[in-house]
Amino acid sequence: MSVMNKSAKKDASPILSVRDLKVHFPISSKGLFAPDRQLKAVDGVNFDLYPGETLGVVGESGCGKSTLGRAILQLIPPTDGQVAWLGKNIVGAPHRDMQPLRRDLQIIFQDPLASLNPRMTIGEIIAEPLVTHKPELGKEEIKARVKRMMARVGLLPQMINRYPHEFSGGQCQRIGIARAMILEPKLIVCDEPVSALDVSIQAQIVNLLQELQREFDLSLIFISHDLSIVRHICHRIMVLYLGNVAELADRDSIYAAPRHPYTKALISAVPIPDPEIERNKERIVLTGDLPSPLSPPSGCVFRTRCPFAKDKCAQEPPVLERVSDSQEVACHFHDSI
Amino acid sequence: MNKSEKTALLQSAGAAEEIEGRSLWRDARIRLFRNKAAVGSMIILGIITLLAIFAPLLSPYAYDQIDWGYIQEGPNWENGHIFGTDGNGRDLFIRVLYGARVSLAVGLLATTVSLIIGVTYGAVAGYFGGKIDSIMMRFVDVLYSLPFMFFVIMLMVVFGRNIFLIFVALGAVEWLTMARIVRGQTLSLRRREFIEAAHATGVSNFKIIFRHIIPNVLGPVIVYMTLTIPQVILTESFLSFLGLGVQEPLTSWGVLISEGAKVIEASTWMLIYPAVFLALTLFCFNFIGDGLRDALDPKDR
Ligand SMILES: Nc1ncnc2c1ncn2[C@@H]1O[C@H](COP(=O)(O)OP(=O)(O)OP(=O)(O)O)[C@@H](O)[C@H]1O
Ligand code: SF4
Ligand SMILES: [Mg+2]
Repeated sequence: MSVMNKSAKKDASPILSVRDLKVHFPISSKGLFAPDRQLKAVDGVNFDLYPGETLGVVGESGCGKSTLGRAILQLIPPTDGQVAWLGKNIVGAPHRDMQPLRRDLQIIFQDPLASLNPRMTIGEIIAEPLVTHKPELGKEEIKARVKRMMARVGLLPQMINRYPHEFSGGQCQRIGIARAMILEPKLIVCDEPVSALDVSIQAQIVNLLQELQREFDLSLIFISHDLSIVRHICHRIMVLYLGNVAELADRDSIYAAPRHPYTKALISAVPIPDPEIERNKERIVLTGDLPSPLSPPSGCVFRTRCPFAKDKCAQEPPVLERVSDSQEVACHFHDSI
Repeated sequence: MNKSEKTALLQSAGAAEEIEGRSLWRDARIRLFRNKAAVGSMIILGIITLLAIFAPLLSPYAYDQIDWGYIQEGPNWENGHIFGTDGNGRDLFIRVLYGARVSLAVGLLATTVSLIIGVTYGAVAGYFGGKIDSIMMRFVDVLYSLPFMFFVIMLMVVFGRNIFLIFVALGAVEWLTMARIVRGQTLSLRRREFIEAAHATGVSNFKIIFRHIIPNVLGPVIVYMTLTIPQVILTESFLSFLGLGVQEPLTSWGVLISEGAKVIEASTWMLIYPAVFLALTLFCFNFIGDGLRDALDPKDR
């Protein structure tokens, strides 16, 4: 793997603390008198994020990764729980209080082209956060900053008047990154920023994000379902399953010694370059389908697919337990398996 | 990217000439100008518009001038009544052109009214969604179900014939469909990531609607607009046909056609000339609308 990131500054206080965060979507039911059902997209998530740290969020499609990212940024109102930004809860904060914080909280999307307004030039797109938060800078200064940022993310500044459809996917993602970076934010939620790109370009974008992170002491929440990229970029990794945290641990701990059966299954499915080890490694294959988040299993949400499930798993939901300095697991039997 | 490349990029930042972009609008314009039917229609409409604007200069007769020597006579190049005269001895050529002024103005103004109301209303409803959307669109449904033509006729009967009233009445009917179109487009747009990015940055709702939503729904809006203009012209003609159009001695194509229809056996020209102009205009708008639709929504973008 590539150069190690400098390790997160655990001694500092977290910039972001998420406590028991829940996002439930009401789903109108078919029956006339049946009550609305709740789709529990995110159901009680806890974690801290430190300055300069990258937290990976992994899990299958539909497990609530994007919803979690958006709820942290208050783009989707959380149903319950707290999101403390620099020690202050921002859930339900009035628009007036939220507006200045938006400068520090940005997002990058999966579909690079769809995240750019097709009717605006690159210059207008990248300038929008500046125009919104620092209109006093004036046209010339804004343009100069946009050009500087374009150069910084690897775009030719003379392309400033071009339109998104004139760029490739990788370039569009650079534009999205430039827009997110122009205000020099403290946190960027990256929602699968490279999943839609060619493999050859993925590495460039990931490296760019890492460079920017070092330069600006950024914190990143890096959503992905590609475990090898997550391993490359993240300091810590959170595994989500049906809106619940299965495991939350340092990168090295989770790859070396995953403790949750679901994490074990995910990691054993990642091919190892060495054919010898690849052939002999322990493999846990998941059976069955992902249950619907509308009617999650009782007790442990993973029990319908867990090879170690026992009676207790159906009765009591496991809580996230600290098993070592750097590892937390939500499984009743994490000691014995 | 290595260090030297980066500095090269940074240096080129100031130096290099900015490259002009190819906006989607420009692409659409190029495609539109490749469409022969649309270009032909634009030329014909342009000519009709110019004729309407410069009408007083084009004929020795005024539109309300009675030529006692030629009452209801056929086209005649020698005396200058090239389209003939009507039952009051007025020159039909100049009257057709004055009719064009009224018909085109009604079409354009009423459509503009419907455009402004419909786009704003639809964008707001679609953007905010939920309860606001339901209430706003129920209101549109209610207005839809009212017999508007009946109201227009009532208004005319009560307040007398008034060209301004025609604009307002027609605009008020046409914005309903516009609002529905824009709302539908907005509903699908507001889930798009670039809108979410604007939210995340803290762009105000007002700016999101006007900077991000409306420019992106303008394509279908323009197409619908070109198809609304002929519809409005036709409705105005219909009202005129019922005797509720503009007031004498002013005229519109609808009024002329209705007068011509009464004397269709004796004086065919009185029907044919205004009818040809009306039909030509309607065709042209429809061809342009089709051309715009193809130009603005190419499948192979
Ligand atoms: N606005 C919404 N209304 C209702 N349900 C929603 C809404 N948004 C998401 N969901 C549901 O919430 C669950 C989590 O969705 P989410 O998009 O967060 O998953 P994800 O982990 O990002 O998946 P993917 O990897 O496919 O992006 C899904 O079951 C989804 O159908
Ligand atoms: S709690 Fe039970 S079902 Fe859940 S992961 Fe642990 S063993 Fe499996
Ligand atoms: Mg997602």
